[in-house]
Amino acid sequence: MRKNQVAVVGAAETTELGVIPNMSQLQLHADAALNAIADAGLKLSDIDGFATAVETPQQVCHYLGIKPTWVDGTSVGGCSFMLHVRHAAAAIEAGLCKTVLITHAESGKSMIGKAPRSIPADSLQGQFEAPYGVYGPPSMFPIPVLRFMKTYGITHEQLASVAVVQREWAAKNPRAMMKDPITVADVLNSRMIAYPFRLLQCCLVTDGGGALILTSADRARDFPRKPVYIMGTGESVETPMVSQMETFNSSRAFKTAGPLAFKEAGIAHGDVDHLMIYDAFAHLPLFGLGDLGFMPHEETGSFIADGNTRPGGKLPLNTNGGGLSYMHSGMYGMYALQESVRQMRGIAPAQVPNAKISVCHGVGGMFAASGTIVFTNER
Amino acid sequence: MAEPQRARPKPTPETQHFWDGTKAGELRLQRCDACAHVYFPPRPFCPSCASRKVSVFKASGKGFLYSYVINHRPAAPGFTPPYAIAVVELAEGPRMMSNIIDCPQTPEALELDMKLEVAFEALDDKITLPVFRPAKG
Repeated sequence: MRKNQVAVVGAAETTELGVIPNMSQLQLHADAALNAIADAGLKLSDIDGFATAVETPQQVCHYLGIKPTWVDGTSVGGCSFMLHVRHAAAAIEAGLCKTVLITHAESGKSMIGKAPRSIPADSLQGQFEAPYGVYGPPSMFPIPVLRFMKTYGITHEQLASVAVVQREWAAKNPRAMMKDPITVADVLNSRMIAYPFRLLQCCLVTDGGGALILTSADRARDFPRKPVYIMGTGESVETPMVSQMETFNSSRAFKTAGPLAFKEAGIAHGDVDHLMIYDAFAHLPLFGLGDLGFMPHEETGSFIADGNTRPGGKLPLNTNGGGLSYMHSGMYGMYALQESVRQMRGIAPAQVPNAKISVCHGVGGMFAASGTIVFTNER
Repeated sequence: MAEPQRARPKPTPETQHFWDGTKAGELRLQRCDACAHVYFPPRPFCPSCASRKVSVFKASGKGFLYSYVINHRPAAPGFTPPYAIAVVELAEGPRMMSNIIDCPQTPEALELDMKLEVAFEALDDKITLPVFRPAKG
């Protein structure tokens, strides 16, 4: 795909974030979509391409009254929306549609109109993982972390510092769920969830949604907001079974998606002004920094603990507070994308001065999938 | 009210030999006749070279502790927290999720790379689960 041919011209989250007991999951999709359409200055009838995950495209399109000529229902977990951006950019470039709406919504906390996630007993996960007591992401996602720590000499304190630094970012964000400062000791004394991870190293569980609107860069100039260009993209999947990852020392999906996006964008790591790495749990930024090639994995723990990713640090990371402190409805990728777009528009609550290139890296499932988007505000 | 039960695997045609094996006290893996790749979970072709000529064999049952979590909450039905959910690397190469028995479920007792051997735990008359215990000697 050629870089900077497609742009984000509309971006918005749901009107409320956090606990939203008065809206179903489907209405959260609509709320986010209508906000993004208003943000772009468009009408519903202008949308001719649509993508979403978990809910089907037909469900959300019919509810909204959209009549698309191109749809994408890729549903690979929380990074599905990074993949939607990539697919939408390709579709727009190929002329399959002109204006794509991507929505995410999840009633993750209130569970209104949300189908329960279940693992069929005759699936491979049902036969070879479920019988051993896995029960939701906290019991599965951290399974690789002890091996990763031993291989690279990462400490419990360094992993705790991920939550501490992100709380510093969240404190600057009025929409963040958790804003009170925390220390490494607070993290290490919080309730044990799944050793080695404690409560403050696990993501929040909230309600919310978000939506993006993409069109060709040539048309983007006519929109009210500053266009944010898609500079590079990458995606991959590995395995739905965390136990079957090629190694616990890195993620194969990360190592495929990240470099693809950097190559397409034609950038080096030193060019990155702003970085989002989907943080469902505290180890993900360490995997991401290593697998995306910012530094050897051995250095990722001290890099964060030493303050390089905090406000004023040389590599601002997860500047909305992340899944650990901002919000996490279950599929956080959309919120990471929203923060990258805000940073590129120059309107983020914790704005990185003069940021021109933002990398947004997502994970789906328990390292099952990955998508990476490089954004820029210069064409 | 019945006690909540541990999740029961339901075999498919492709995995039946594995569950027949555990019931007979054997941990069965598959090896590709063309490229000798040993793999898990079961499937009737080689995920390395795509050959359909593969054989089932009895594994040694030996391995080591690759990684784990000790789950505190929420606990799965049929489990009393805290309990370890482990990934074992088998001597033949593949890894599998399991539980570690005959061992305190603590970070001190569960040392990465500790040697393990397979044991079998019958859930009912159809399903026997392979689990692992610290290797003797």
